[in-house]
Amino acid sequence: MTALIQLRGIHKHYGDYHALRGIDLEIRQGEFFSLLGPSGCGKTTLLRTIAGFEQPSSGSLMIDGKDMAAVPPNHRPTNMVFQSYAIFPHLTVAQNVGFGLRRDPMPKDQRAKAVVEALDMVGLGGYGNRAAHALSGGQRQRVALARALILKPKVLLLDEPLSALDKKLRENMQVELIRLQRNVGITFILVTHDQEEALVMSDRIAVMFEGEIGQMADPETLYRRPNSRRVAEFIGKMNLLPGSVGMEGNRIVVDVAGLGRGAVEADQAPGGVAPGQTTVGIRPETLSILFAGETTDRRVAEGVVDEVVYYGDMTYYDVRIPGVDRPLTISMKNLIGRPVLDVGTATKVAWDERSLVVLSR
Amino acid sequence: MLSAPPFVYALLLLAFPLVAIVLISFWTQNGLTVDRTFTTANYREIFSGPIYIWGNANRWGLLPLSLFVSATVTFITVVLAYPVAYYVSFVVPAQRKSLWLFLITIPFWTSYLIRIFLWKVILGYNGVVNTGLLELGLIQEPLSFLLYNLNSVIITLSHAYAVFAILPIYVALEKIDRSLLEASQDLGENRFSTFLRVTLPLSVPGIVGAVLIVFIPTIGDYVTPELMLGSGGRLVSNLIQAQFLQLNNWPLGAALAIVTMLAVGLVSLLFILLNRRWLRGRA
Amino acid sequence: MKWSALRVYAVIYLAFLYAPIILLPLFAFNDASIIAFPLAGFSTRWFEQLWTTQALHQALRNSLFIATLTAIFATLLGTCAARAGTMPNFPGKRGLLGFVMLPLVLPEIVIAVALLVVVRQVLDLSLSNWTVIAAHTVIAVPFSIAILNGAFQNLDPSFEEAAMDLGETRWGAFRLVTLPLVVPGIISSLLICFIISLDDFVVAQFLTGSNPTMPVYIYGLTRFVDALPLIMALGTVLVTISVTLLVIAEYFRRRGVARAGLKDTGGFL
Repeated sequence: MTALIQLRGIHKHYGDYHALRGIDLEIRQGEFFSLLGPSGCGKTTLLRTIAGFEQPSSGSLMIDGKDMAAVPPNHRPTNMVFQSYAIFPHLTVAQNVGFGLRRDPMPKDQRAKAVVEALDMVGLGGYGNRAAHALSGGQRQRVALARALILKPKVLLLDEPLSALDKKLRENMQVELIRLQRNVGITFILVTHDQEEALVMSDRIAVMFEGEIGQMADPETLYRRPNSRRVAEFIGKMNLLPGSVGMEGNRIVVDVAGLGRGAVEADQAPGGVAPGQTTVGIRPETLSILFAGETTDRRVAEGVVDEVVYYGDMTYYDVRIPGVDRPLTISMKNLIGRPVLDVGTATKVAWDERSLVVLSR
Repeated sequence: MLSAPPFVYALLLLAFPLVAIVLISFWTQNGLTVDRTFTTANYREIFSGPIYIWGNANRWGLLPLSLFVSATVTFITVVLAYPVAYYVSFVVPAQRKSLWLFLITIPFWTSYLIRIFLWKVILGYNGVVNTGLLELGLIQEPLSFLLYNLNSVIITLSHAYAVFAILPIYVALEKIDRSLLEASQDLGENRFSTFLRVTLPLSVPGIVGAVLIVFIPTIGDYVTPELMLGSGGRLVSNLIQAQFLQLNNWPLGAALAIVTMLAVGLVSLLFILLNRRWLRGRA
Repeated sequence: MKWSALRVYAVIYLAFLYAPIILLPLFAFNDASIIAFPLAGFSTRWFEQLWTTQALHQALRNSLFIATLTAIFATLLGTCAARAGTMPNFPGKRGLLGFVMLPLVLPEIVIAVALLVVVRQVLDLSLSNWTVIAAHTVIAVPFSIAILNGAFQNLDPSFEEAAMDLGETRWGAFRLVTLPLVVPGIISSLLICFIISLDDFVVAQFLTGSNPTMPVYIYGLTRFVDALPLIMALGTVLVTISVTLLVIAEYFRRRGVARAGLKDTGGFL
């Protein structure tokens, strides 16, 4: 895939406040890319910079090989779905969707046809004559999508499009957006603070903290091989244990508090190996509770159940292991016949060296 | 930039003229000639003698009298206005509120002059109230205390400025989160004590706004005293007007205006300071 | 409907507010030259007399001219200020916009006197309709800003950005999206400023040249005892005009609110 958008050394200052600190990014043609991070990390500022509503203090932005420095937002090959959707209340749905076509030389009946097709594409066929201000949140979002996509931009920018919707609707819209992106085939850039959402929808994700990119990778890599504690804690649940790391010959050896020693592969230390004290991360689903009578050939640690949280499909256990001050969180699927342990039960926890991640930063 | 026109305009037509009156108050005028030498003669004249400020055994100084009248008007207007504002905010259903506000504000938009004049007609010796009461047989002789004294000024001004008092109080009451009242009752207060302990303190910014919006302009109202007090009746506003339009002593008029505004400003500041406990954190 | 004490009070208060105004048509159509009870029978002779008084027509024409221009200038300036108010904070923004609202809390006499001094002493111009228009604009602008602030703040700032994102220039975005949503507020502002100018007496008395405005003319009439019913008739006409304009202004305000799909919070607040 070719690089459609190139950002090099983008800085943005607001007075004394350094909002973007040297962003280098390449977004490929046709991919679903997400900017993920907590509030205030600069992801929306970056999106608006690509759209043209913010001018970078320094650095360059190229879209499709052209420098965008002198190009105002209304001439860029991008279109944006705003967080508030910004549906014009004094126009009908059809007038909203057709708004950007006003300057297009195409004849009126062709324009009308394009509007109908756009509305069908987002599942709002027949809504053309409705007053825009009478729509629900989910419907407005679709109108915003149709309005942007009808102009056939090279890039669609979405600023937290699902944050205003309730959970069920959000999950449905996530699937719809993926489907839409595949049908239309253009690059989508999504800004969100919801890591689950980013994982579900994206081809690649850039995780941002305080104006910088912490890590950029596909969802699986981000989840299994986070390159820092921050990224590890932001995405999913992660157990963090103190330990030490060192080289023995050309093997990386880790000594994890409460669990013991083990050897890890190079890719399990994505932030590099600095011998000495470190933090080691283990995802809850890579640990297992050994129920009565079960055996394993994996390494085992012993502990006491501290807390049990039942989620329906999963149960999360907090288990206290001697030598570790914070309990380990372990998630177990609620299979048929599998018991749910009580608080205070002594139990064995199985762990695997291959699920360790050395988080040096 | 867009803010340029209003800025230029405010500078020329507001800031500049205000500076101009300060300037002219330090000049003197004799007949038609204005002497531009800097002098504090006008201020000395205002602060000496019983007329303007100090008064004597028989009568108050004009400025204290005017402040008193305005303060009385303000008090009456605000106290009478509060229940109405409360009614529209808390009792009237949401869809009727704008109708009530509309009805309340209509009288304000009709000619000010005509309204004052109407009160003169109403309160006069042969006016509407007296002849009406005579017709109904409730009195034998016309009441003479209705007109040509300060009472009539106070009644008229209270009527004219009623709306100015209602609106700020209404806005402040609307801003109060209704769940605060429910919380108070949940914690053991009844409706009246909730009003005293929660609603009233939270509405103070609106009350202060109403007080200022009535007190400050009424000081400058000369038409009402002129029409209601008959010849010879004066408040400080009449004096200022006379200096400009009849006696041709603009510098003195300007100095009077400034002294009045300073007095008003002082009183207002005092009032705000006294209430600052309830104003903190709520601009 | 429950007639609680509060409700009774509110209704009586409202009656008190309207009482003087109700008298206007009552005595305007009264066939007597003094304003007193008992009523003397229906007559339209005062209105006929109004119709034939030349000086009155002159004053009316004057007032209409001044009021129209005041409405236009004040609304233009108010639009600028309200629009500037929605822009991100620039240094001095609060101070500037606060200062422009000052006339709301200054006594009119102070403004009138200050402008008189500037015009006559400093600039040495003669008084005319234009001095009145300038002064009326000063007084009306805060009201215009108050009305338009409401209209502008109901706008989502993303609207103009969305319009530009979809291909419009800044001016196109303003014209196609912001303006239609603000027009009802503009109409309300025009009407309200018109009424303010039409009704103003204090400033006019200080700043008119040889052509009086309506209120100044009415004031002159109050010197003449037998002109009282005339004033009643005139007052009736003026009140009718003002109320009609107000109803229209309210209609447009409500339409503006509905157009933007918002809830009506009531009044020009």
